[in-house]
Amino acid sequence: MSETSTSALSVRGLNKSFGALVVAQDINIDLAPGARVGLIGPNGAGKTTFVNLLTGFLKPDSGTILLEGAPIQDMKPEMRVRRGLARTHQINTLLREDIVRDNVAIAIAERENYAWRMMRYTPQWRRCSEEAHALLRDMGIADVGDRQVRELPYGQQRLLEIAIALSLKPRVLLLDEPAAGVPAEEAHRIHDVLARLPSDIAILIIEHDMEVIFRFAKEIIVLLQGRVLTRGAPAKIAVDPEVRAVYLGRTVV
Amino acid sequence: MMAAPSTDTAATTASPASRVLSLIGHALPWLIAIGFYFVAGGSLSIGTQIMIWILFAMSLDLVLGYAGIVTLGHAAFFGVGAYAAGLFSIHFMSDPILGHIFAVVVSGVLGVISGALILHTTGVTFLMLTLATVSIIYEYGNQARWLTGGDDGLQGMKVGPIFGTFEFNIFGQTAYVYALVVLFIWFLISWRLVKSPFGRSLDGIRQNPRRMRAIGTPVWWRLLAIYGIAAAMAGSAGALLAHSTRFVGLSSLSLLTSGIVTVMLILGGTRKLYGAFIGAAIYYLVQDSTAKFSPYFWEFIVGGMLIATVLFLEGGLMDLGRIGRRFLARFQRSDAP
Amino acid sequence: MLSFGLTILLDGVSYGMVLFIISVGLTITMGLMRLVNLSHGSFAMIGGYVAGYITQAGGNFYLALLIAMIIPAILGGLAEVTVFRPLYRKGELAQVLLTIGIVFVATASITEIFGAFPYPVVFPDYLTKPIDIGFRTYPAYRLFLIGVGGVVAIALWYLIENSLYGAKLRAAVDNPRMARTVGMNVNVLFTGTFMVGSALAGLGGAMGAGILSLEPSYALKYVVLFLVVVIVGGEGSFKGSFVAAMALGIIDTIGKYFFSQAAPYLLYVTVFVLLLWRPQGLMPAKSVA
Repeated sequence: MSETSTSALSVRGLNKSFGALVVAQDINIDLAPGARVGLIGPNGAGKTTFVNLLTGFLKPDSGTILLEGAPIQDMKPEMRVRRGLARTHQINTLLREDIVRDNVAIAIAERENYAWRMMRYTPQWRRCSEEAHALLRDMGIADVGDRQVRELPYGQQRLLEIAIALSLKPRVLLLDEPAAGVPAEEAHRIHDVLARLPSDIAILIIEHDMEVIFRFAKEIIVLLQGRVLTRGAPAKIAVDPEVRAVYLGRTVV
Repeated sequence: MMAAPSTDTAATTASPASRVLSLIGHALPWLIAIGFYFVAGGSLSIGTQIMIWILFAMSLDLVLGYAGIVTLGHAAFFGVGAYAAGLFSIHFMSDPILGHIFAVVVSGVLGVISGALILHTTGVTFLMLTLATVSIIYEYGNQARWLTGGDDGLQGMKVGPIFGTFEFNIFGQTAYVYALVVLFIWFLISWRLVKSPFGRSLDGIRQNPRRMRAIGTPVWWRLLAIYGIAAAMAGSAGALLAHSTRFVGLSSLSLLTSGIVTVMLILGGTRKLYGAFIGAAIYYLVQDSTAKFSPYFWEFIVGGMLIATVLFLEGGLMDLGRIGRRFLARFQRSDAP
Repeated sequence: MLSFGLTILLDGVSYGMVLFIISVGLTITMGLMRLVNLSHGSFAMIGGYVAGYITQAGGNFYLALLIAMIIPAILGGLAEVTVFRPLYRKGELAQVLLTIGIVFVATASITEIFGAFPYPVVFPDYLTKPIDIGFRTYPAYRLFLIGVGGVVAIALWYLIENSLYGAKLRAAVDNPRMARTVGMNVNVLFTGTFMVGSALAGLGGAMGAGILSLEPSYALKYVVLFLVVVIVGGEGSFKGSFVAAMALGIIDTIGKYFFSQAAPYLLYVTVFVLLLWRPQGLMPAKSVA
């Protein structure tokens, strides 16, 4: 694990309870720049809650979150995004009435601090649109750029979700079950995209699909009932008896 | 239902013929308004009142239609603007332009303050807060007879000539042109606003606030901005009302007024700006004509129209054109071999 | 001094009872169906006018109350099946608009049929007289409201907590999707509950006509009050709506006695502050899990 000063994302002592229900217990995590970390755990372990705590949609009871050394635990979610923390959602969170390309272009416009302009109808929108198109092409969905999101098959919507997060040029990217619910023939496209993500971004991926995790992650953190059970290289986790027990003895790989 | 403001591609690929048609479509309401001035004779004041309600409904379109802020308290800004203009003319000076500016500022500030207090909430809680806001202001207006005249209304307004030359008189010509110009100015502002990047981000907020926050949009600030602008615009409509009728009544602050302007907008169609034109005109004319038969018949009709619009015509009456075209298209396709 | 305090309490509680009986149906349906329903006051209004009509014609008071429950129940059931069903999926704005439309229709109809002036319900003689309650005489009418309100509250409480219907209702409020999955006929449950809620509203409107006077603007004028009871008490929370109704009744009464000038908007200011402080209501039915 890297030291706090060079981490892309550094979490110390994160705690959160709802009355008697503890959803995060003294969580300590470091993501180095370019990290590929997988977060696994049974349902209800608190994985998505953790992401919500990181992104600011949930306030922790205690703990610090440092993004490239700067504390962000008191910042509103939209400010954290502007600092370089992006996420995808477990359930697609898209602008369904807009076309695919505009979903990305709007994010780019926001990133470029162009989206607040009230009066000027500048040609920068075209630039945002072009950059969006290029990004969609990288992800292999440029051909549906003009289609309305609600017409898109589920797998392509998941890809769009990732594309929007990437368009923000984040330092840290949190992927919440990117391939969940996607039919097998479309899932491989998502796996391809995951493999080709920019190497300077630190990525934390929540997944249930063990194949994806083991192919993608260099380090795995196992969460159970809100606390970190264990962490380590994939090979080590695969044979860890505690982890196996957690997954009811099922073979992990 | 109209999607978000069109991207460049749609505009550039439009054929010259359809562009001319759209230009005519844009010019039409203004040509009608100008033409009405010359042919109306004694009914000019009806046109003035319709334009006041159009402006009011258009301000609601910004907030409700484009930004998705579901409020029933918008009459608060309309009424406050009217009272501000009225009180300015009684206590300060009778110049209507200065009074108008005063009213716009007052209602805009009220919009920003009330918005800042409540815009972090959503859903029914927010709706309730808007109801509470307009009720507080209404009841205060009712109480403060010394200021507002209570339920007798504000008496004794003196409305001076515009720019010192154009007098208000019983023929209502000055009032009509005054309202038309104000409406046109606000229309231009609204048009630029909704087509701008800011307007686009509002549309995103309407569709999915969570998504917008996830791309770094300062949602609360954007909503506050449009809420304040719309409040100022509603206050402007209120000022027009005060100046054109030289009277301000409590009803301008009432929940019923909020309901009426909402009905107008929904009837005409949200997110089209022109929906406000159609809705306000139709509502006003229906009310005016059925009031002769029975004063309550129009309320019944409007309620029915509202129910029917929600159930069948989600885009308002302006949707009839689109539905008609889709209907015809279905016939054409079935003709194909 | 004590007598004065008790008077305020009794006045506030009796007012609160009326608010509770009318609003309890609304809190259940809003919590159950997630429907923003601004038209609920119309059912109270209709019940009131029905009772007024019957009692003015010399009919039996209790019969009038019964019919004041039945007619709104029927209308409510019809409305739910025809007009509200499509609304559940349509989102908040559509619900607000449509239910406002219903208010307009109801208001106009009432005005056409009964006229624009306040419409009285003729209460039996023994209710219009004051009763000696020890430290002073007090209107029997208000004691009647407290009594009937209390009985209704207890009966409903028992129904919701201890019956199969109540269990189904609570389950469906907590988790509608789950309720459907385990085979509950949610449609019948919704319609039935809506009818019960409307019946109670009608009862409240009829009984409470001495406090909330009947006129065509009733539905629009008092919609804020009923919604406040629901929101402040927490949507779907029976207990919450009771507490909120009592609180509202007492606060408004205190306002009328001490700050008679400021009373009307003091209430709304209280509501405003309360909603900002606790947006989810005083006692939300849903637990955070």
